[in-house]
Amino acid sequence: MKPISTGSEWTFDLVGAYDRAIRTIAVDEYGLDIYPIQLEVITAEQMMDAYSSVGMPVNYHHWSFGKHFVATEKGYRRGQMGLAYEIVINSNPCIAYLMEENSMTMQALVIAHAAYGHNSFFKGNYLFRSWTDASAIIDYLVFAKGYISRCEERYGIDAVEELLDSCHALMNYGVDRYQRPQKLSLAEEQARQEEREHYLQMQVNDLWRTIPRRAQEDAVRAQVRFPAEPQENLLYFIEKSAPLLEPWQREVVRIVRKIAQYFYPQRQTQVMNEGWATFWHYTILNRLYEKGLVTDGFIMEFLQSHTNVVYQPPVTAKWYNGINPYALGFAMYQDIRRICEAPTDEDRQWFPDMAGKPWKDTLDFAMRNFKDESFISQFLSPKLIRDFHFFAIRDDDRQDRLEVTAIHDEEGYRAVRQTLAEQYNLGSREPNIQVWSVNVRGDRSMTLRHTMHQRRPLDNASAEEVLKHVARLWGFEVRLESVDDEGRLVQSWTVKPDRQDDWAA
Amino acid sequence: MAHIIDRRLNGKNKSAVNRDRFLRRFKGQIKEAVARAIKGRSITDVDSGEKVSIPVKDISEPAFRHGKGGVWEGVHPGNEEFVKGDRIPRPQGGGGGGSGSGKASNEGEGEDDFVFHLSHEEFMNVFFEDLALPNLIKTELMGIEEMKPVRAGYTNDGTPANISIVRSLRGALARRVALSAPTLAQLVEAEEELDEMLESGEENTLDIRHQRERVHALREKLYSIPFIDPFDLRYNNRVKQPKPTSQAVMFCLMDVSGSMDESKKDMAKRFFILLYLFLQRNYEKIELVFIRHHTSAVEVNEHDFFHSRESGGTVVSSALNLMKDIIAKRYAQGGWNIYAAQASDGDNWDSDSANCGKILEESLLPLCQYYAYIEITEGEPQNLWYEYQKLGARHRHFAMQRIRQAGDIYPVFRELFSKERQQGGSA
Repeated sequence: MKPISTGSEWTFDLVGAYDRAIRTIAVDEYGLDIYPIQLEVITAEQMMDAYSSVGMPVNYHHWSFGKHFVATEKGYRRGQMGLAYEIVINSNPCIAYLMEENSMTMQALVIAHAAYGHNSFFKGNYLFRSWTDASAIIDYLVFAKGYISRCEERYGIDAVEELLDSCHALMNYGVDRYQRPQKLSLAEEQARQEEREHYLQMQVNDLWRTIPRRAQEDAVRAQVRFPAEPQENLLYFIEKSAPLLEPWQREVVRIVRKIAQYFYPQRQTQVMNEGWATFWHYTILNRLYEKGLVTDGFIMEFLQSHTNVVYQPPVTAKWYNGINPYALGFAMYQDIRRICEAPTDEDRQWFPDMAGKPWKDTLDFAMRNFKDESFISQFLSPKLIRDFHFFAIRDDDRQDRLEVTAIHDEEGYRAVRQTLAEQYNLGSREPNIQVWSVNVRGDRSMTLRHTMHQRRPLDNASAEEVLKHVARLWGFEVRLESVDDEGRLVQSWTVKPDRQDDWAA
Repeated sequence: MAHIIDRRLNGKNKSAVNRDRFLRRFKGQIKEAVARAIKGRSITDVDSGEKVSIPVKDISEPAFRHGKGGVWEGVHPGNEEFVKGDRIPRPQGGGGGGSGSGKASNEGEGEDDFVFHLSHEEFMNVFFEDLALPNLIKTELMGIEEMKPVRAGYTNDGTPANISIVRSLRGALARRVALSAPTLAQLVEAEEELDEMLESGEENTLDIRHQRERVHALREKLYSIPFIDPFDLRYNNRVKQPKPTSQAVMFCLMDVSGSMDESKKDMAKRFFILLYLFLQRNYEKIELVFIRHHTSAVEVNEHDFFHSRESGGTVVSSALNLMKDIIAKRYAQGGWNIYAAQASDGDNWDSDSANCGKILEESLLPLCQYYAYIEITEGEPQNLWYEYQKLGARHRHFAMQRIRQAGDIYPVFRELFSKERQQGGSA
């Protein structure tokens, strides 16, 4: 067959032709299930814009996005940093950006990687399926942007900015981890927003009712804990229960919370998601080469770029900066395919269910039903542990030396795999902080509780800073307690809001 | 088939708002950084903008995270020599070799300052923010008024050159619609009747002819409505509004005598360059007069003022006299706001200082809106300073400051031209 193109220049026709060729392979041959694709050609400047507003095509205005933009621009101008070649948005249709400056090879790589790889992951993985609503996110962001800019007009840029700062500080604590969120829908949001404002305010008023009640009723109520159970979603709790927030402020808290929730699956599936996309661009482009649709030059350029992406520097290297999710993810999917197609005795022993089974189905299953943590604990094979020369280290602050607890040998495989999986567990990577109680009858102060895991303390300075934000949102004194495994209080912080009538005025 | 969209023509400055928000939020720090950047350096160096750095800790966004301590277990690639049970010394600096806590501290250690680039425009904005010429308004109110034509809607008469075509035709259209409406309704009705008559096929030819004539007459009536009528014409209306004038002239007086050594001259020049840039930027129509003096004073052009070298003894009054002459010759009529900035090391021919005070007090200060004197000296103030101090006590629009080293130039400049000072001064 004749190659689709021979030069490195791209044209719209060529992009279309490559897309058709890739689709034939990805969808017809390998059966990827994808959202419709929208490829958008943009300039480097536009890429920087997209980059700095967390990749979203629309977003509300905030200085922190400006900060990212300034940093990105600086790096790019100086040539210190190439721009990411791909940004892809979990939306329906799935939007992928192609940067004007790239060669035809890179465009094809991005199409295969983002528009087919990530796209099918967004559509298939259970976290994305159940926690995000791809069809509504763009509309919701349009709503959010409009709402926040109306707030800025009405209440001033500073008031909104302060509020957003506080919300952003708690963004990682604005997600429901176990309870499935409701779908976002623009129409519904707008229709119900006013109603909600009203209703929420009523509830809050009820909670903080100051009209005295009869004595015995009081006695009963005094025993009642609020919240009845510790609440892990701090922003949700604040939105529903903070006594002094205005209705518009509650809505802004809600917007930040909804967006945090939207990004939560991405944080949990870095290795899986990038690995999946990398696996598919590698498989698809090689298939294009097999079919004679691309030239030798094309495949060489691609391989060079691909090799850079999946390079994993060893721990001894100066530029070692943790495990490269592209490298690990790509290697794991390749390995799963290998185990299916050409299992060794070891594989048969470790993965009896997979060895010799059809690889496409196994891979599809692995993509759909896991997150990083469970994916690794399920599929990391001894062979990969050997290939990467993984070893586990235990850093106990009570010992003056680090201890190597496991290496890539027979007795270490399971321990290494377990430790590595744990490393991707958001639940233990981030401090576990929950709303513990609120003094409803008294000074209205709120107590947060940090349950220490493995004796890991909170970072003192940042805890203090975040607590100031919490106090600003809550409007009254906020206390944070670090509690160890046995429930003993280890450390505590207390912050009072600057001025109680700050926002009321 | 994928949708391919070319977005390249969409605006690229989507982040401009966010960038502005960022600058706005850290204005304080940026200002400091700008002042730091300019310290001891000529402002002409920053023509292409300036790198500004602000401490990372000021702009970081806080989030709960783990601190050092506790037990961390992590997996790393690239094991070469370790076997299970090895104990290795803890690497210095955040435990980067061993734990997740290394991640947090990596960020903190990497760079102390967040460095970014301000464009020339932005830099100058920050640089000259809150500065203004004092009392500019005074002569505005009492000065000669110039008239300026301003749009004021439309009128029914005027010169043909001012016809507003759109308005006129819109009016004509409305008139045509209005005038033709009743006739048109009758015409439609009459035509329908005529059709009915013809349909019914009755032989009543007379009626039909009448009806035809009626239709014809109505048509004629419609056609006779003029397309455009003098009545429709509308003219752009302009009225004259008095425009406050703010003609201003700035006198720059610099001492180039022998006692001003190179470094002092350099500082004086820097001060004037600052002043020059500031005026250029904020006031488009401002005239500048450069006067240079040693024992005698000459008016020079901008280039010579900043660049030529010359020296001799010092008679400050010569410059003041020249300024007085120039005002009398060129800026005598009332419309001028007159400003002056004088730089000297304060060293003057002895008996001349009293003379200077007198000229200023009697001839110049009554004419000036603001007179700023800077003395560039490291040691004790010289005789001119004491003489001028007496003036300062009596005249609010006379200001004096000392510059000891290059770093003082910008603060002194800000001090002399800050808006707060003027509000306080003019109250």
